[in-house]
Amino acid sequence: MTTPEQVDIRGTDFPVEQYRLPNGLRVVLSPDRGVPVVGVAVVYDIGIRLEPPGRTGFAHLFEHLMFQGSANVAKLEHMSYVQGSGGTLNGSTHLDYTDYYEMLPSNALERALFLEADRMRGPAITAENLANQIDVVKEEIRVNVLNRPYGGFPWLKLPPVMFDTFPNAHDGYGSFEDLEAATVADAQSFFDTYYAAGNAVLSVAGDFDVAQAVALIDRHFGNVAARSAPAHPGIGEPDLTGERRSSYVDPRAPLPAVAVAWRVPDPVADLTGYLAYVVLAELLTDGDASRLVERLIQKDRTATALSAYLGFMGEPFAVRDPTAIVMQAHLPVGTDVDKVLATIDEELNRVAHDGLAPGELDRVKARIALHMLREDDSVINRVLRLATAETIHGDAGMARDLPRRMGAVTEEQIIAAAAALTPNRRAVIEVIAEGAS
Amino acid sequence: MPTIPVPDLAPATEFTLPTCDERTLPNGLTILAIRRPSVPLVEVRLRVPFAHADVAESAVLSQTLLSGTADKTIVEIAAELQSVGGAISVGVDADRLLMAGNSLVGGLPKMLSTLSEVLHGATYPEDQVESERDRLVDRLNVARQQAAHQVQVALMKRVFPGHPYAIQSPEPEEVASVVADQVRRLHAGRLHPAGATLVIVGDLPTEQALDAGQAALADWNGTAAGELVEPVPALQTGPLLLVDRPDSVQSSIRMALTALPRTHADNAAQQLANLIFGGYFSSRLVANIREDKGYTYSPRSSIDHALAGSSIIIAADVATEVTGPALWETWYELGRMVATRVTDEELEQARRYALGTLRLGTATQSGLASLASSFAGLGLRIDWLLEHANRLSKVTVDDIARVSAEILAPAKAVTVVLGEASQVRGPLETLTPVTL
Repeated sequence: MTTPEQVDIRGTDFPVEQYRLPNGLRVVLSPDRGVPVVGVAVVYDIGIRLEPPGRTGFAHLFEHLMFQGSANVAKLEHMSYVQGSGGTLNGSTHLDYTDYYEMLPSNALERALFLEADRMRGPAITAENLANQIDVVKEEIRVNVLNRPYGGFPWLKLPPVMFDTFPNAHDGYGSFEDLEAATVADAQSFFDTYYAAGNAVLSVAGDFDVAQAVALIDRHFGNVAARSAPAHPGIGEPDLTGERRSSYVDPRAPLPAVAVAWRVPDPVADLTGYLAYVVLAELLTDGDASRLVERLIQKDRTATALSAYLGFMGEPFAVRDPTAIVMQAHLPVGTDVDKVLATIDEELNRVAHDGLAPGELDRVKARIALHMLREDDSVINRVLRLATAETIHGDAGMARDLPRRMGAVTEEQIIAAAAALTPNRRAVIEVIAEGAS
Repeated sequence: MPTIPVPDLAPATEFTLPTCDERTLPNGLTILAIRRPSVPLVEVRLRVPFAHADVAESAVLSQTLLSGTADKTIVEIAAELQSVGGAISVGVDADRLLMAGNSLVGGLPKMLSTLSEVLHGATYPEDQVESERDRLVDRLNVARQQAAHQVQVALMKRVFPGHPYAIQSPEPEEVASVVADQVRRLHAGRLHPAGATLVIVGDLPTEQALDAGQAALADWNGTAAGELVEPVPALQTGPLLLVDRPDSVQSSIRMALTALPRTHADNAAQQLANLIFGGYFSSRLVANIREDKGYTYSPRSSIDHALAGSSIIIAADVATEVTGPALWETWYELGRMVATRVTDEELEQARRYALGTLRLGTATQSGLASLASSFAGLGLRIDWLLEHANRLSKVTVDDIARVSAEILAPAKAVTVVLGEASQVRGPLETLTPVTL
């Protein structure tokens, strides 16, 4: 192996200011005058895991309702005000939070704040909007899950194998039956409980003046009703003590596939312990020089594609316990899944017993630093990372501190993490391919 | 609840772009450099004209270009790049081969020397070619099961018969028979600097970037002229093409229309007409078939300015039972663009969106690098965007009417639908002639 070249790994030092309005809304500001755009994000501390039993998919359906207008904004106007200001927008529903965001030319900052404040006071929840968005969500599920090979693999398929309780195990896209049963009263009650100012974080990043932004935020959000966050019910589950395995037939899948997950330390309470697994995932599967790519793809040819990541929905720093490190692989036709699992065990053992090669940890960290800096170059990614860090970790500054924390992960921590990924703690889901052409 | 007025926009700041400096080397390579110091990284794009290359051989080449040299293995190449935070990927289409990479800014010399090493000395080791070829076959077999891929393949064949754009992805069987010698011959024949462009964007002075590019690639050899694809054939209208996909729970509707080239005087008006029709969320098509009728999740219309011709592609994936109505509403919205005038408000909104997205698209290193590279393929530089912004600001409702008549008339569209034929054929035939 060649000796790695030493390069200077610099972090970013964009400023982060945090405060709280009297109504409970937390605010995070991060000015950067180097770009002519501004990003605005509102993150609500409600996601798939806290949606009501019998209402699978409701958090996501409700996210759609938040785009249907509000007291001072007619249906379709939310989008046309943002896009008609030269901006782009979206929202997305995750396991532990739901985000809404815009990126606009900086002259549209006040308009974005007005729009977010207006729907924070209450979206237009009507029977007509609800019925329309149930239809739209069903088409979203058809295009992303039902009408394609490997739809929902493994993010919808693996949690029910690994977990026992409704919050962690259920289908977050929702069953058509549950979606069709949703009522206006359900939506109103969901809003009243979870879309409280005290349960939300507003974040602004990019080209703005702090004093001016503080005044605008006060003008638009100051009169949003003070409502406190509901107590989080707790969604903990014990670790597995024996392996769990399941499989299903995918009639469109041409190749077998397997995903395997292990529980990891609490990402909030034990961030240091957790980060070792983030680095390990990268070391195992990022690029042609990674351990599992070299072994399974290049040498054994028992995998045709593979990846490892933290969190079922791939948001490593915006997820609460219980969560997992997930490895997934697509296999050449006829490959024995057990053989692939045994090879992964073997490679984990090799890390646990032989440690790392000279320079291996440094080069993996250099690539991780690049990923984080590259995300920071985009105002929209930065504004979302700040808002979710405040929501989940209770500190937006954690987003800025991550590169340093990641850089401090040691070889001993990686070895300990690899040693903990034993067969008796894993959950496995296998795709049986019946779409071979 | 009190009525709160929607805040006005603050005065717009001037739209500016960073300077793009360039240098053309004696071997024919053009290097473009842009400084954007936002984060201590650098983005690199090397674009080489690649028309008329065999589709299957090109696909294997793109997967194995970085898989070995005389003195380095695939793992050594990747590890060296990773040590500077770097990685390089290779993609190929009917027009060009593109090597795209990024690293910590201090790693630029290493990234460029890696480019140089593989351009001069990629060996395409037999075992790597074999293994990557098999993986490619696996991926293509997965793609074959995807509605989006299947309908795209059918649409390209229907729209560009006899042209290189007709077949943009190889069949697995063709890939399976490619051997290392074919890939080596393709590399030797086609990977040369004539007509190629290297773009470097990042946290360093442009002179330094140009010097680094020159130092690494001045001795890139060869004289083969970069080949370009001939212009696309005129679109031939005809019956709706229905492609059967048994048990499909949705129908994938696609329509193609001939668009004006990017450099046409009416291109700005064309962009705004397409936005108003279906080019963004606040469009007529989305308001109709998604937000009013709930037929689909993400209907869209986009303009594709390929090197050999420009097209408008309309796409909607709809529930099987509303295939006919969704097609009808799409035609209706096309017809409305042609037969009636858009409102001043619709035009202003689309104009502001188009101007705003120019800023958003150039606000990252990677966005700038990709834009500069694809513009270079068209013989343009990014400051073309400043002229384009100026043209966007002058488009009138009359311009939209004129250009819509030219490009959006439903009678000029070619339509392909992929879905469960036994269920959708009847409803479609009641609307229009259908061929299976």
